[in-house]
Amino acid sequence: MTTGPGPTHRTPPTAQAGRAAPATIIFSPEQLAEVRRLQSLYPDKRGALLPVLHMAQDTFGHVSLEAETYVASLFALSPAHVHEVVTFYTLFFQQPKGRHVVAVCHNLSCHLAGAQRIIAHCKETLGIDVGETTADGRITLQAVECLCACEHAPMAQVDDRYELDLTPDKVGRLLAGLA
Amino acid sequence: MTEKILTRNFGRADSHTLAVYRETGGYKALDKAAAMQPAAIVEEVKKSNLRGLGGAGFPTGMKWSFIPRGHTGPVYLVVNADEGEPGTFKDRYLLERDPHALIEGMIITARAIRSALGFVYIRGEYVEPWRRFSTAVREAYEAGYLGRGFDIVVHRGAGAYICGEETGLISSLEGLKGWPKLKPPFPAIKGAFGAPTIVNNVETLAHVPHIVNRGAEWFASLGTKTQGGTRIYSVSGRVKRPGIYETSVGITLRQLIYDEAGGVAGNGRLKAVVPGGSSAALLSADEIDVTMDVDGLKNVDSMIGSAGVIVFDETVSIPDALVVVARFYAHESCGQCTPCRESTGWIYKMARRIAEGHGRKEDLDTILDVAKRGAGTTICAFYDGAVGPYISYIEKFRGEFEALIPRA
Repeated sequence: MTTGPGPTHRTPPTAQAGRAAPATIIFSPEQLAEVRRLQSLYPDKRGALLPVLHMAQDTFGHVSLEAETYVASLFALSPAHVHEVVTFYTLFFQQPKGRHVVAVCHNLSCHLAGAQRIIAHCKETLGIDVGETTADGRITLQAVECLCACEHAPMAQVDDRYELDLTPDKVGRLLAGLA
Repeated sequence: MTEKILTRNFGRADSHTLAVYRETGGYKALDKAAAMQPAAIVEEVKKSNLRGLGGAGFPTGMKWSFIPRGHTGPVYLVVNADEGEPGTFKDRYLLERDPHALIEGMIITARAIRSALGFVYIRGEYVEPWRRFSTAVREAYEAGYLGRGFDIVVHRGAGAYICGEETGLISSLEGLKGWPKLKPPFPAIKGAFGAPTIVNNVETLAHVPHIVNRGAEWFASLGTKTQGGTRIYSVSGRVKRPGIYETSVGITLRQLIYDEAGGVAGNGRLKAVVPGGSSAALLSADEIDVTMDVDGLKNVDSMIGSAGVIVFDETVSIPDALVVVARFYAHESCGQCTPCRESTGWIYKMARRIAEGHGRKEDLDTILDVAKRGAGTTICAFYDGAVGPYISYIEKFRGEFEALIPRA
């Protein structure tokens, strides 16, 4: 989302990584009804673009160029518009991600509480760098900015959950528990 | 000790449910507000000295009064739950532990500004708060509090700090990348989807039912001369008891650190404090006898911002901390305005090479020069927020930076 030198890591495409994409990028009739419901909530249906992109990512695993084009068609928007939106936000993956995403906070309070040790431990345990996915497609590792749980630093988000008050041991057990 | 208002139910089991909210007096302010004219609600909130608790500290009642008189089209109420200011975590607690307080505050506010539709923009990473709040909204519909002249749409963000800036948030809500918009026109005149819009923070609106119930004078008396009430301070970093603390806005930073949060961790010596989220200028250890209200921090050239307090003890390297902060602003700059897009990257690069021991003699002055030149030249306040730490870290701890720069 920036041209600055910040760590805007994207998982490089690898043949093995992540879930296999569905053969066709298309929502079910129930999902299409949900798209229409979401669009009706906003004064301009375009307001539903982020919620529908979340749906697309949950359904297809990541938001590919093909998925962007498909979502654009549901909104009568240009694929370029959708691409501009997808690439702006950090939670949309343009490449396949691991079955689990481990996002370790490295902002100020977590930094003071040893976030770098947590990240180093993850890298060593998984044998990958920040921004990469394990070869078996199990885990994508990220270093992220403040997740606003600073009272429990250092912390990480593992998929939907916040994991708090981390130590290298605790994060090691967490990683081992991810199937 | 000040009475707890926003956090009074946080310790109760199932505090997030409608049943518990009602048992503890919840939704009673609705009846009182229903008997008040919209203008009277705005007047009451003005008199209470409630100020925005998201960052800018703008007087809430005054903001509401900017909706054009006689406007007949739609008006939107947008709640900024895109909590992201480093060091802040209060809204997460409010969404998870007392979501109905926000809903009741929204319904009253909607009456005051004559809005029939509200949006709650929750940061994408807050999955559990989003679920909790969405459940509360469903409960409120089933109980008939919503859907009778006022509706709420819960909207999830997708990861971008800039969407916490109110016009960036509006862009994002409209299905665009989160680029802030030039003001004027201010959102109260032309906001979301082109209509007059009031954007308020979660905590700000959670106060509104209490103001209606107990009156503006009561609320104003809890705070200082220019800001009423209590607020929730998020305290983290090197303190004994990190956490949220609700107190009068008249508390001093010293009291907050030592009396509430138990003092410096490991009985170490205090070195510096971030008083209001990472965008607030750093205070040194001898600057903590300030009141933690909007004007108290303004008087020491910092800001209360989102009231996220991060404590540094003597073991903390200020140059290392600046690298972390500079990386954050470089990563989160939205790229729209040249001074911000370019400077945040340059400054991160310079801060990093200084901390790594190969800084150049002129780097510190270059950072200060770049920071000062860009301040005030951009569309939104993001870059000004970055300039606060750049300048204060270096000017207050210059010796520590200079010691890292090779002499030859």
